[in-house]
Amino acid sequence: MFAAALIVFRESLEAALFVGIVAAATRGLAGRNRWLGGGVGIGVLGALVLALAAQHVGEWFDGLGQDVINIAVLSVALAMLLWHCIWVAAHAREMAAEARLLGQSVQHGNRRPWALLIAVALAVLREGAETVLFVGGALTGTQYGTSSIVGAVLLGMTLGVGAGVLVYTGLARIPARHLFAVTNVLIAILAGAIGSQLVKTLAQAGFIERWTAPLWDSSHLLAQDSALGTLLHALVGYDAQPSGAQLASYVAVLALIYVGNRMMRPASRVAGVR
Amino acid sequence: MKPIRRTLTLALAATVFCGWAAAAEPEFAIAIKDHRFQPAELKVPANVRLKFVVENQDSSPEEFESKDMGVEKVIPGGKRASIYIRPLKPGRYMFFGEFNEKTAQGVVIAE
Repeated sequence: MFAAALIVFRESLEAALFVGIVAAATRGLAGRNRWLGGGVGIGVLGALVLALAAQHVGEWFDGLGQDVINIAVLSVALAMLLWHCIWVAAHAREMAAEARLLGQSVQHGNRRPWALLIAVALAVLREGAETVLFVGGALTGTQYGTSSIVGAVLLGMTLGVGAGVLVYTGLARIPARHLFAVTNVLIAILAGAIGSQLVKTLAQAGFIERWTAPLWDSSHLLAQDSALGTLLHALVGYDAQPSGAQLASYVAVLALIYVGNRMMRPASRVAGVR
Repeated sequence: MKPIRRTLTLALAATVFCGWAAAAEPEFAIAIKDHRFQPAELKVPANVRLKFVVENQDSSPEEFESKDMGVEKVIPGGKRASIYIRPLKPGRYMFFGEFNEKTAQGVVIAE
């Protein structure tokens, strides 16, 4: 039963860390809890629908249906994170500077974190769908009793969400004026990790063939299914055997965000804001 | 000049598409039954891309996963899924069913 708890834990950990970081990034925004709650709610509903649909879509495209959906979900999530990092973050910097001058962050209420809401919903949807599939399968399979399944699911989920809460409280201790800088870096890294996962899914579905051989194998140093490996995979996209294409997309996403940020930053403000 | 360019584009697209479609990688069928893989040991050619068609004959879903080959894919009960495997260097590559790891174990031998 420990195995079942572990599977649920790993799926919920990724989503929970994501939500924890976004929650920290949107701290102080008016109506944030509603946005976040909405995102998680939509994600859970979507996961249920996706898990039910998986029975049918999986066999589309010659058995690649699930991958095609994953690719779509990852692409949109990546686009939303890029949007947030490049456009919204540039404006947040201005807003934070103005808010400091004005004393209180009233204007923050105008900033709608909808891009992050969609990204949160998609993260929950993707990890949630696998959990729903697994739990559904475990319940119909006869090898375990229902109560032990439910117990394992609850344990795994609690641990996963607990990790997310830990990350959130850790970030929340950072003083507000540094918080945005830290969470923006974290969200940029999440975007890099999603870019790398997207490329991996593309390779698995046979859409790309180039640079798919692993560059190195660090599994003897840090196994990807170890506790730390799982955490680092969820947080920074750690992969014990990354392919060249994965690494390239990771770096490309970070570079795009960095360059985008530079270009979006109003030139006259650079000295004043920093 | 326009029609020529269009023809060229079409020809190029057709070549790319055919190249893609004609890149027939060796295909291997793996079945999952009673939470076990059949066959549990698979000999494949090294250094070419492979296509695995995994058919889950159980009623519960299974996740075909391999750290060594870098793939993971959930296959609902009674369904079939395709997985492309990157060219493998000669060697042994373990795979397993994540939802029933105790029994669902297999190995790919590339040579």
